[in-house]
Amino acid sequence: MLSVRALHAGYAARAVLHGIDLTAARGEIVAVIGPNGCGKTTLLRVLSGGLPYEGNVTIDGAEVRTSGASALAKRVAVVSQSAGLPERFSAFEVALMGRTPHLRLLQSEGSGDVRIVRAAMERTGCWDLRDRPIDALSGGERQRVVIARALAQEPDLLLLDEPTSHLDVQHQVGTFRLAVELCREQQLAVLAVVHDLTLAAMFADRMALMSGGRIVAEGTPAAVLRPQTIEQVYGLAVRVLAHPTTGRPVVVPDITIETEIAGPLEHAGATR
Amino acid sequence: MQIARPHRFARTASADAPAFVTWRGLLPTYALAALATFAVGVFAVSWGTVHIAPQTTLRVLLGHLPFVPAGEHSAAIRAIVWDVRAPRVLLAGMVGATLAFCGAAYQGVFRNPLAEPYLIGVASGAAVGATLIIISPLYVTVWLLSPLPPAAFAGALAAVALAYGLARAHGRVSTTSLILSGVAVSSVCTSIVTYLMLTYNTRTLAILNWIMGGFNTASWKEVAIAAPYMLLAAVVIVPLARLLNVMQLDEDEARHLGVDVERLKLIVLGLASLATAAAVAVSGLIGFVGLVVPHIVRMIWGPDYRRVLPLSGFFGAAFLILADVIARSINPGYEVPIGVVTALVGAPFFLYLLRREGRRGHEAA
Repeated sequence: MLSVRALHAGYAARAVLHGIDLTAARGEIVAVIGPNGCGKTTLLRVLSGGLPYEGNVTIDGAEVRTSGASALAKRVAVVSQSAGLPERFSAFEVALMGRTPHLRLLQSEGSGDVRIVRAAMERTGCWDLRDRPIDALSGGERQRVVIARALAQEPDLLLLDEPTSHLDVQHQVGTFRLAVELCREQQLAVLAVVHDLTLAAMFADRMALMSGGRIVAEGTPAAVLRPQTIEQVYGLAVRVLAHPTTGRPVVVPDITIETEIAGPLEHAGATR
Repeated sequence: MQIARPHRFARTASADAPAFVTWRGLLPTYALAALATFAVGVFAVSWGTVHIAPQTTLRVLLGHLPFVPAGEHSAAIRAIVWDVRAPRVLLAGMVGATLAFCGAAYQGVFRNPLAEPYLIGVASGAAVGATLIIISPLYVTVWLLSPLPPAAFAGALAAVALAYGLARAHGRVSTTSLILSGVAVSSVCTSIVTYLMLTYNTRTLAILNWIMGGFNTASWKEVAIAAPYMLLAAVVIVPLARLLNVMQLDEDEARHLGVDVERLKLIVLGLASLATAAAVAVSGLIGFVGLVVPHIVRMIWGPDYRRVLPLSGFFGAAFLILADVIARSINPGYEVPIGVVTALVGAPFFLYLLRREGRRGHEAA
């Protein structure tokens, strides 16, 4: 589905990506992790056609470089952290904008488009919000509208750009659970840039750890999230535990110096 | 503060899906707005020191259409209606439509409700062009072939091109840099005009008169000069209205939905600036129409550009036609510059909008 080979890219004065190789298959969730400035966001910009590059990036066999904006938007949908929210448009109208790549210039949305958007909004649980102005919705509600809009594009590849960094924990988990379900049901390839290592490990089939514009580790969450690897890349000592029910890795900082701070809490627990 | 929801008429509604905007569903709205604007025009042609009955005006106007029998009216009435007032009212309508339409288009591209068609240098560039002609010996030559409109037009386009070129970096033009370079180019132009006005003080009044804008020299010639640019902008930009809606998400999101954002910006800003330059060249600088009218349209009909663009055009026309009627009737024998009239209506409204936006921001914080 998605295939990235020997990808080099960057900005005018600064090369950011130095030879990335990465794949994502249909029905597979790949999480890209790495410290700030490692090139995760630049990678997503290349994949969504927003940045020139050297090397090969193909989606369904079509090279991103030579795909038109509209053709690319039929294959790739992006859900980002800072979704733009035009004032006064209704949630339904915003979701309906997902049909843009499928419409000719003077064509209006038709009943077929409305059916697709309705199905997408029902699937993400925001159909009841359809008449509400988008700027009056909460963060979690907006996120569902934005995901519905992405689904309305009928993409093959879904790119999630730190989709939950501004959400409460229940919405973070909810968003990723939805992403997993959609990935399996609709056989989407999902590539997610995630900050929270534990959250990424909980949902990803495969993880790619980036550092300095390169992928330094790739594989199952358990294979990538090793304490030595993380300490090397992030410069932070961590412990990796096993999740009590799923057995997936849970990454916690190994802070010995700050036990003083944690003290009173333990104490309160002990006396209860 | 919650703004009223857009009106529901002109939407295709069904039981299981919310109403949504389609071009076909909007045709009755466009037709009604066009009819209302035409009625305002007929009223404005009838109004004046020589009062003419609206039905007489209508008959004289329609008499110029092919296959419509001309009524029996005196030569004087026909001259007043067709040669004097009709081109003036039509030009005022065209200029009003252009300023409001282009204001709405600018606001769509800049995603800023306070953008107006003069934002990136059209007005100040035109003022430099016009001023250079007024202070030069060319100005006193034959009025029939005035070099003033082409000079103002060239000045306007040069200023916009300069602002656009300065803001361009790596094949992209960020709207923030464009606004900043527009402001910089505008202030340079304004200081040039100010300097020339003080240096050539015998021409100061003529320059000021041009800057305040007006239609007292309007003829069919100006209508013919300006119309092609205005039609071009309307014919190309209106079909892009749905993409301007998508632009309101933000530029990256629009790109992810398959919109070629840089090309959209170039086409819309280029043609809107061209049409605005034509409007300024034949009428001088008329402020606030491009800001106020799109705002009123949005408040009543909602944010969809398929409504905002055409309706701004129609109501901009009606607004400026009425402003011109006021300008020529307040003080018989001496016309108040139309820029004064629109500013007197527009400035208080602008302040009201600013205060309202401020209050909303405060509540959100």
